[in-house]
Amino acid sequence: MREIIIISGKGGTGKTSLTGAFAHLAAHKIICDLDVDSPDLHLLLQPQQERKEEFFSGHEAKIDPEKCEQCGLCETLCRFGAIRENGAGYEVDPLRCEGCKVCVAFCPAEAILFPEKHCGQWYISATRFGPLVHAQLFPGEENSGKLVMVLKQQALELAQARGADLVLCDGAPGIGCPVISSLSGAHLAVVVTEPTPSGRHDLERVAGLCRHFQIPLGVIINKHDLNDDESVRIEAFCREGSIPLLARLPHDPLVTRAMVQGKVITELPESDFSRQLKQAWSRIEALAGLDR
Amino acid sequence: MSKIAVTSEGPSLDDKVDPRFGRAAGFLVVDLESLETQYIDNGQSQMMAQGAGIQAAELVARAQVSCVLTGYVGPRAFQTLIAAGIKVGQNLEGLTVRQAVERFKNGQVEMAQAPNNRAGR
Amino acid sequence: MIISVASGKGGTGKTTVAASLTAVWDRPVLGVDLDVEEPNLHLFLHPDIHGSETAHMLVPQVEEAKCTYCGACSELCQFKAISVFNQVILTFPEMCHGCGGCIEICPEKAISAGQRELGEISWGRAGDVDFLAGRLRIGEAMSPPLMRLVKLRLNQTLAENGGDAIIDAPPGVSCPAVNAVMDSEVIVLVTEPTPFGFYDFKLAWEAFTPLGKPLGAVINRAGVGDDAIYRFCREKGLPILAEIPYDRAIAEAYARGRIIADLSPGLKQTFVSLKDQIRHLVNPGRTREAAHA
Repeated sequence: MREIIIISGKGGTGKTSLTGAFAHLAAHKIICDLDVDSPDLHLLLQPQQERKEEFFSGHEAKIDPEKCEQCGLCETLCRFGAIRENGAGYEVDPLRCEGCKVCVAFCPAEAILFPEKHCGQWYISATRFGPLVHAQLFPGEENSGKLVMVLKQQALELAQARGADLVLCDGAPGIGCPVISSLSGAHLAVVVTEPTPSGRHDLERVAGLCRHFQIPLGVIINKHDLNDDESVRIEAFCREGSIPLLARLPHDPLVTRAMVQGKVITELPESDFSRQLKQAWSRIEALAGLDR
Repeated sequence: MSKIAVTSEGPSLDDKVDPRFGRAAGFLVVDLESLETQYIDNGQSQMMAQGAGIQAAELVARAQVSCVLTGYVGPRAFQTLIAAGIKVGQNLEGLTVRQAVERFKNGQVEMAQAPNNRAGR
Repeated sequence: MIISVASGKGGTGKTTVAASLTAVWDRPVLGVDLDVEEPNLHLFLHPDIHGSETAHMLVPQVEEAKCTYCGACSELCQFKAISVFNQVILTFPEMCHGCGGCIEICPEKAISAGQRELGEISWGRAGDVDFLAGRLRIGEAMSPPLMRLVKLRLNQTLAENGGDAIIDAPPGVSCPAVNAVMDSEVIVLVTEPTPFGFYDFKLAWEAFTPLGKPLGAVINRAGVGDDAIYRFCREKGLPILAEIPYDRAIAEAYARGRIIADLSPGLKQTFVSLKDQIRHLVNPGRTREAAHA
């Protein structure tokens, strides 16, 4: 069983488009969209939902105005500026509430409730490429990584049940909680970058993160012909760090065209791009130790 | 009289070892002499946004066991178990709880020096 | 006035727009990089850095001699940053959210404030534009604590220098993005007219509308994809403040770290016009003449 996660550091490098194509090329896999904040893979895969679950995580404080004695202690104690007077008493700003329970614990009138937060939903769906485990965090909610862990666990169990030997994940941009959770237990991280100052800068940070958590990585330079100098610099960075370079893909309007059609690039008539993508996937399988 | 805990998918000795520690379904506390068991549900830990492993370790520590048998353990849970003076046996997924206990009694389970899993969240 | 430039989808041109907007904005202006996980604004503004500091947050530090292992701290902590069982107390500083609850609740006053390194805050000047940025330490999971500290400095700087601030926000619609935009006067949402761009734009609209701030859209790479996003903006009464055409020359200039507003008089005018549109969005009664008075 192997878990491969496609990440990028910087957003917009083509992570999801490539993951969609890899989902087409890979055999015996479960597909997983771990970008629960802004999931896009479903736009290419058109999933048929088979199972839906509600997702709860953390808590938030809610002041009961009937019980509130307006002593203001909660406002004094809150380190997140989440409590303010509203004329009739005190109220909690749900956007700022960290769910730490301090106000709840110290309120002399026991006037503060602490309900669980309904943060999103997750799904198991069928797609033309195989099962998809995905989710949608409700906009504005915290992305602590717990939902990512839930999805990974579900994908793993599904893989065991269906005899799949690969969990292929579309990851989130950045280097924070959700990415860290995505990397946990992964056998290989494939970083999709672009030859721009931002692309290289963010590649270095996300590569640092992979090293920090001891996850092997490989790099794909997407849109490499946008700036050959920058491409060369990225290649040098990979060489210096002994990071395998898996592909240098050209900037191709085919990618957007496929997206608009709700398809992955490898479903369009064969092109230079799709050929290179297939080669990249073979290299990824080999690097991940997939016995194919 | 020694008791050990085994992460378990269910409340009986013939249930499979739950490979996870922090988010295991539950723990079967087994008396090594009598093979009497007590099941501790781990739902509380599973619900946590973060720190499930630490919470699970606390649960196990309060059960006064000398050792925990499981599949994989993350670094924070591992640290907590060691601080509680509890030994850890890893990589036992695939067995039933009964089989894992047998192996332990036969001295076939190596006590872990380090966690075998990376941190969750 | 604080303007935040955000997006749902990453890679739509947030930093491109923030950099160009800062370049054409009336002085004094402060360009702020709040995308602390992957800060890129400096790659386009090229600031001289005048100073920096390591940012920390409060984490529990236990004086075990005073501890009675009562467990009140562990019981309160929602994040498992402090754990008490039997006669053992452990802290996990990397889990701490900095609420100070354990410190407050300890009956023996055995817990004090320790520190965890979040990352770095740096500031400087790019020509006649001020610059401020946060950079998260690799391995630090949470961005909001560092973002809060950068925002504190942002407010201090504006109080001292006057003028406006333009925030380059992180992508997405969860807590880091909300944190970046929640204290601004106006939110500019940058998107591209592709299915991914549109889907994530709708999420951003859902996430940010409840904040009650004026919202406007900038369509980058106009011409690729389809027109679903234009229909959506019309439906929701969301003003489209500017359009930047899809142009390989622009893409290549961006790939070289250039400020798009500098590429041509036409593009400069696009951003000057965007500036005016933003001001108008915040102050609808205000005219262009008044702005220059």
